[in-house]
Amino acid sequence: MPTYTDMTKCDGCGECVDICPSDIMHIDPVYRRSYNIEPNFCWECYSCVKACPQHAIDVRGYSDFAPLGHKVRVLREKEKGSISWKIRYRDGRVKEFSFPIRTTPWGSIKAPADYAAPDAAGLSSPLLAHEPEALKVAALPMLPAAAK
Amino acid sequence: MALFSSRKTIVVDADVLVIGGGFGGCGAAYESRYWGRNLKIVVVEKANIERSGAVAHGLSAINCYMGMQWGENQPEDHVRYARGDLMGLVREDLIFDIARHVDSTVHKFEEWGLPIMKNPETGRYLREGKWQIMIHGESYKPIIAEAATKAASKVYNHIMVTHLLLDKARHDRVAGAVGFSVRDGNYYVFRAKAVIVAAGGASHIYRPRAIGEGTGRTWYAPWSSASAYGLLIEAGAKMIQMENKIVLARFKDGYGPVGAWFLLLKAYATNAYGENYEAARFDEMKALVGAYADVKPMPTCLRNHAMIEEMKAGRGPIYMHTQECLDTKEKEDIGWEDFLDMTVGQAVVWASQNIDPKETPSELITSEPYVMGSHATCSGAWASGPEDCAPADYQWGYNRMTSIAGLFGAGDTIGGSAHKFSSGSFTEGRLAGKAAVRYVMDLQASPEADAAQIEKLAATIFRPLDNYQVGRNEIVAGTVSPNYLLPLHGLQRLEKLMDEYVGGYSTFYVTSEPLINRGLELLSMLREDLDHLGAENLHQLQRAWELNHRVLTAESVARHTLFRQETRWPGYYYRADHPTLDDAAWHVFTASEYDAKTGDWRLGKLPVHHII
Repeated sequence: MPTYTDMTKCDGCGECVDICPSDIMHIDPVYRRSYNIEPNFCWECYSCVKACPQHAIDVRGYSDFAPLGHKVRVLREKEKGSISWKIRYRDGRVKEFSFPIRTTPWGSIKAPADYAAPDAAGLSSPLLAHEPEALKVAALPMLPAAAK
Repeated sequence: MALFSSRKTIVVDADVLVIGGGFGGCGAAYESRYWGRNLKIVVVEKANIERSGAVAHGLSAINCYMGMQWGENQPEDHVRYARGDLMGLVREDLIFDIARHVDSTVHKFEEWGLPIMKNPETGRYLREGKWQIMIHGESYKPIIAEAATKAASKVYNHIMVTHLLLDKARHDRVAGAVGFSVRDGNYYVFRAKAVIVAAGGASHIYRPRAIGEGTGRTWYAPWSSASAYGLLIEAGAKMIQMENKIVLARFKDGYGPVGAWFLLLKAYATNAYGENYEAARFDEMKALVGAYADVKPMPTCLRNHAMIEEMKAGRGPIYMHTQECLDTKEKEDIGWEDFLDMTVGQAVVWASQNIDPKETPSELITSEPYVMGSHATCSGAWASGPEDCAPADYQWGYNRMTSIAGLFGAGDTIGGSAHKFSSGSFTEGRLAGKAAVRYVMDLQASPEADAAQIEKLAATIFRPLDNYQVGRNEIVAGTVSPNYLLPLHGLQRLEKLMDEYVGGYSTFYVTSEPLINRGLELLSMLREDLDHLGAENLHQLQRAWELNHRVLTAESVARHTLFRQETRWPGYYYRADHPTLDDAAWHVFTASEYDAKTGDWRLGKLPVHHII
């Protein structure tokens, strides 16, 4: 379906509604819980699955080519900087994987305005912010100016 | 106005307006803040910037990194590579410009916290291929979005931008953009001195191979709704290479990418009988495209061509022999992470069909066509190049400025600069961001949006809600009305006609002048019918405007495909009436300008300059 929401776990908080890039996780007006209103516009990107505080959202593969009986479950531990997957095959086989997602604390990126302001002349040079240092070569490569 | 009588008009003023919060837009926000400390920089995004754009899902590799610090590649090498892959037709100045800056972008990404894999022997970034490096990229987008959010004065999430605004006095100058909130239905008017369009390319203008739920699993994101082009074409910007659509060879149905499997893990593909079909078809390709067949690595389109011919000959399924290469736990982890980071749906296909890639090969197939400017293809806007190295007729002002003054682009928006991918799109956003700041600083008098145009657009934008409200009361229930079409109806008609007439998969990507002309007749009726779209709610109103952008883009694609009388990229599409490559007449860019007032399209040729 893509995604579907477990009736007993969802508390209707709306995190999935807020994060879905396709605007297809909506709150059902009767049950006050989320559901996928447009499975044929679901990319199985798992953004909502990862964002759900209740772990209430799961994926059942697309009905036009995915046989039933599988599960691909995920636990994204943002503060630990890791993500773990548990894959259960239709025939019962299980695989587990875990990968890092970030090497620095969330929120730690230095904003561009927190660097010393460049001088006005820099605006007409071809260098971008933090260059040439960030290139890790001595100078920005240039071509001979094209024939005018 | 009955349905949303409480609708408000929210006016937002900005110095630099960035439309689209994907990689291009995030780069634009970051760089414009670096140079424009006191400017108001506004980002507007139709979803949530933390997970929006083509990288919402994550990625497992950065596909554009030179490695100049280790002498791995130089920017000129990348230009030669992209030029060869695109059969000679690229903007070499734009590609060179991205390539010389992209390493600094990637180094910042690593500093910000993106885990980049290292080669344990050399300590360098782990190369997937000559240009690609491997990353643990599940959180690639949230990390980059954090940098952009800190840079912008404000990020407006859940606002769908539908139209650009032009200056009242000078119609070749941008003055802002309008759209609506997908959440509360308010009308948003952004008045800006400079606008950077960093919206998405086009999925879903061609019929997808899946037919049900699986149509969501197109290779390019279903939310890449051609706004990169729909916004610009409507405003009259000059577009190039719109016929240069891309078809991808991918794992069947899940559309998992093949790069890491071919390049890093050294898997190989065969037909059903275990034969290496690509080598066997070399002479045939040489007859179609001449010396371009000798380019190393073999151009992406030609590799597709070989696969398509095998499928036509009934020698499919085509198999990727993953089972031959996953001989260690480390390699198995890399293979799985490749998909779990960026295409979880492929892992779902494996689990559901009992395919263990360590034991069983997987089917490959060629996808439906897409229109993009950032991958192995380069549709998009004609843009001014870098001052220090662009040929004179490739520059008329500020870097990455389109043919409309003050209107910049990045990522899928900009034509001619293929092979940017995520890091290159962010870098192009940085280039556009810096240039836009300079433009704003130089600006003598601010543009003024036309109040009458703003008012007229308000009526236009919300009309589908009214159409539905009226028409729905004339029928008992259901989706069939003689007076309105739902957005999905219009989308399905578009996909079917583009597939059948303009080279989709059902004709094995073949089209011709008579086919395109018939397609254009049907497209013009579809465009008329867009005035009768019905939207039950704000979600459908978003779909309605995505469809508008897709349809206008599709017409541009059809007209460019008609104009170029050759088959330049066999494997992307074929002109049956001009079946070979014709360098004497067509070693040029195709260009078009659309006049929204008269409905006229003007097509022409622009020169391809080789500066490297």
